[in-house]
Amino acid sequence: MNIIDLTVHELQEKLKNKEITISEINKAYIDRINEKEKDVQAFITLTTDEALEKAKSIEEKVNSGEIKGDLAGIPIGIKDNMCIEGVKTTCASKMLENFVAPYNATVIEKINSENMISLGKTNMDEFAMGSSTETSYFKKTKNPWDLSKVPGGSSGGSAAAVSANMVPWALGSDTGGSIRQPAGCCGVVGLKPTYGLVSRFGLVAYASSLDQIGTFTKDVQDTALLLNIIAGHDEKDSTSANIEKKDYTKCLKNDVKGLKIAVPKEFFAEGINPEVKSTLEKAIEKYKELGAVVEEVSLDIANYALAAYYIIACAEASSNLGRFDGIRYGHRSEKFNNLRDIYINSRSEGFGDEVKRRIILGTYVLSSGYYDAFYKKGQQVRTLVKNEFDKVFAEYDVILTPTAPTTAFKIGEKSDNPLEMYLSDICTVSVNIAGLPGLSLPCGIDSNGMPVGMQLIGKRFDEETILNTGYTYEQATKFRDNYKPEFKN
Amino acid sequence: MEVKKEELLHIAKLARLKLQDDEIEKYLLNLQDILNFANIVNKAPIDGLKETVRERDAYNVFRKDEIEVFDNIDGMIKNFPDEQDNMIRVPKVVQ
Repeated sequence: MNIIDLTVHELQEKLKNKEITISEINKAYIDRINEKEKDVQAFITLTTDEALEKAKSIEEKVNSGEIKGDLAGIPIGIKDNMCIEGVKTTCASKMLENFVAPYNATVIEKINSENMISLGKTNMDEFAMGSSTETSYFKKTKNPWDLSKVPGGSSGGSAAAVSANMVPWALGSDTGGSIRQPAGCCGVVGLKPTYGLVSRFGLVAYASSLDQIGTFTKDVQDTALLLNIIAGHDEKDSTSANIEKKDYTKCLKNDVKGLKIAVPKEFFAEGINPEVKSTLEKAIEKYKELGAVVEEVSLDIANYALAAYYIIACAEASSNLGRFDGIRYGHRSEKFNNLRDIYINSRSEGFGDEVKRRIILGTYVLSSGYYDAFYKKGQQVRTLVKNEFDKVFAEYDVILTPTAPTTAFKIGEKSDNPLEMYLSDICTVSVNIAGLPGLSLPCGIDSNGMPVGMQLIGKRFDEETILNTGYTYEQATKFRDNYKPEFKN
Repeated sequence: MEVKKEELLHIAKLARLKLQDDEIEKYLLNLQDILNFANIVNKAPIDGLKETVRERDAYNVFRKDEIEVFDNIDGMIKNFPDEQDNMIRVPKVVQ
């Protein structure tokens, strides 16, 4: 048995049967990080030294009965835009290179109360702006399936770390696809929950009406386990939903008989790589075999949603990132004679290329003369996208699409062409625009051995249905038993 | 659609960003590209649709106005870029 190959629910089983200890689990993962980090570059800050000590202390408390809980001592990776008290939270930006969070994000409070152990903060696109993790100020994370390729983004560090077995699971955030797209690229399971299901308190804001924290796991059962922990109302986030707490593991029934799955033909049209398309078609056949009712529908929103996304997200970012002015925290330029110089020089030095581009675009679409032509229209498109989804969901339980138009691309391939990079999000953004939950899971590999992601979209706050739909496929196909990342150069 | 250099510089000024010459050239091209694509929102079938500003309907969220003590003041002060006697130091504001 190799500890790092196990899922969290398998680790729990072994812990319960006293086949392994909490210290052994943490040591195994830390050894793996030490072995693979030089190739994968998934982390910005490692907290492995503290983690080993914490593991010992938690183990003692579990043995003495002082603490209980199924997840005590389980390691986790955290995207570097969530605050952990006393640990650097950089957002992969020079702006926050030395920022040490003075408090915990609500999701961190929740994983702490379960006595889980964070092994480190994972790399990401700067301020979560990107689809390849290449805009990070610190490093470029590599895809464990092929080190010359990107892991996707913006949560590329979390996706790569789970894929490379450097952590058993991780948290990420998703504004336009930043969990699902890298999960697809790295062959792991990624969930963006319904907007409002998970508190955003302590998550550095990019586009507040779209941002949502979610999970990276090795399988769907682990997704349900981790969602159980992080979901829930929080008075510190006024957009968090006050709904009844659920046990998401109960929905995993391994049965999709009679389930109605819609396949929007526009998501399989021009721009979708033929191999991605054919892999998805096989998955669709599998669902039919399993007894689901799969039908083609029309959902002509992807291009409108992508355009609206870049208008709305950049507008919100231009406002949210106004707080970085070099005064209270973050980078302060050494070149200044007055306050105005501090603002301008600190921001110009502290923000990278993509962040500046999005701030400028956002300021542009909000400026007088363009507000009506872009921002207002973008918000109307948002209504259109919601309405079109509602129409499909009036007749179907789940919508199935590719997670991304291609598998992971080469490092550097799209970094000079922002618009081309933005098109990587064409299959995922509409889900954020409509505030729906979306699950990405691997459904095969292409001829280059790169994983292909399948996206399952559900109704608002109906994570159960997509989790069961994904789980049933996973049980029938066993992707993880058949394919593993090879770290090829 | 064309974005003029003066327009870009004006926007950058509003956003408190100073652009280098090579950045100006690059962002002008990028901005035009992206706006040309984004212009598709003007062709969307949205006549008569209201705007959605946020995903869920807004409602007031109240809490009791009670003082809660934040216990990590030192942690905040450590993040000040420049500090004197627990206060943030900035250049002279009033001449």
